[in-house]
Amino acid sequence: MALAKRIIPCLDVDKGRVVKGVNFVGIRDAGDPVEVAKRYNEQGADEITFLDITATHEGRETTAHIVEQIATEVFIPLTVGGGIREIKDIRAMLNAGADKVGINSAAIHRPDFVKEAADRFGSQCIVIAIDAKRVADEADGRPRWEIFTHGGRKPTGINAVEWAIKMVNNGAGEVLLTSMDGDGTKAGYDLALTRAISDAVPVPVIASGGVGNLDHMVEGIIEGRADAVLAASIFHFGEYTVPEAKAYMAARGIEVRL
Amino acid sequence: MSKSSVAVIDYGMGNLHSVASALEKVGDGVKVMVTDCPETILSADRVIFPGVGAIRDCMAELKSRGLDEVIQEVAAQKPLLGICLGMQALLENSEENGGVECLDVLPGAVKFFGSDLRDSTGGRLKVPHMGWNNVVQAIEHPLWAGIPDASRFYFVHSYYVDAPEFVAGSCDYGVQVHAALACENVFAVQFHPEKSGDMGLRLLSNFLNWDRPAAFFPVTD
Repeated sequence: MALAKRIIPCLDVDKGRVVKGVNFVGIRDAGDPVEVAKRYNEQGADEITFLDITATHEGRETTAHIVEQIATEVFIPLTVGGGIREIKDIRAMLNAGADKVGINSAAIHRPDFVKEAADRFGSQCIVIAIDAKRVADEADGRPRWEIFTHGGRKPTGINAVEWAIKMVNNGAGEVLLTSMDGDGTKAGYDLALTRAISDAVPVPVIASGGVGNLDHMVEGIIEGRADAVLAASIFHFGEYTVPEAKAYMAARGIEVRL
Repeated sequence: MSKSSVAVIDYGMGNLHSVASALEKVGDGVKVMVTDCPETILSADRVIFPGVGAIRDCMAELKSRGLDEVIQEVAAQKPLLGICLGMQALLENSEENGGVECLDVLPGAVKFFGSDLRDSTGGRLKVPHMGWNNVVQAIEHPLWAGIPDASRFYFVHSYYVDAPEFVAGSCDYGVQVHAALACENVFAVQFHPEKSGDMGLRLLSNFLNWDRPAAFFPVTD
């Protein structure tokens, strides 16, 4: 009897298609985000996150249309990230049925954007998305992580923990934290990074990047002190289902919604 | 269900797409009207008062549209469901934004969770209270029909309701959160039924089928 830790499947959407997903048993069109979202909803996912990796304006309109279709059939929280640069982008996604939007590089270009967005729409729907990489330790030996953009290729020199604090002070209601070191490796979340940020901010933190098995999810919650764990490929490729992940976590004493 | 109508009050506080979609999903032909028109609201068979955001803006938007008095009139007449900020606005006052007087339809106050919220073992709790938490039902009520006690619903809020009476359900988040209130034809919930999966849809369906104010039956052991 307590707040459940959340399991959040993430769909990377490009030009209206899920790009990491293949091989769903019983679904003819594995790349249709509406079908994939419905399936995760039926499995008991606690939320669904869409990352729009389409570069073009037309592509983003496609994503808004997809969100609109999903929101008429799936009644759990939906978060949309990727390409959110202006207030009108946020409004378009919320009007389409998204509950939260993730802001990433636009906040780095203009930190006040998060403040303006939170003032306009409320902190509850503004997620600061942080892509961080471990860099050389601080002079006193403490680990240091910095924000990277362009898929982890471009350093910004910004301290990730300080950035999280600043963005929450600007009104972000949640942190979506992706370890660029871990992303795609299946070696597990960066637990030290996750814990450093979770301890530093009062708002919920979603761990992302690197999950390869169910123990990683358990570690993300217990050692990383994350409030939610996000995963893409381990669900897309059918290695695990959401109910399997929840049962595994529940057996290790983690409060989940079964 | 008869082909009745439900008005969803649109006063510029948040996206009402999900509430309207959920009602259409469970409504079996019910007419869903998303509106800020007082006449339309007053002519509907039942009314939903949703909302996300900050209470000061909420009250200002209601007053600028003349909806504060409309809601008080609805509360005296027909089934009314307040959701999230809509629930909070029905209380006497809120601590948010330095203190705001609300609609005073239900007794009670809206309080801040605080910056050092702890669970019973001393563990730190994040604010906003975001995610799925158990709602323990305090009374029998037509809106709880078919919903098992302690079912999980989706919450997202930084301020919580503390009411002296009419508590229909509560949840534990460092403090006792009065997650649902029921008084005559008014029902109010802190969680988002439109985002709470099957249990949330069931509650909305129950609301659309709720024709008469429920008597107030405290659960006794």
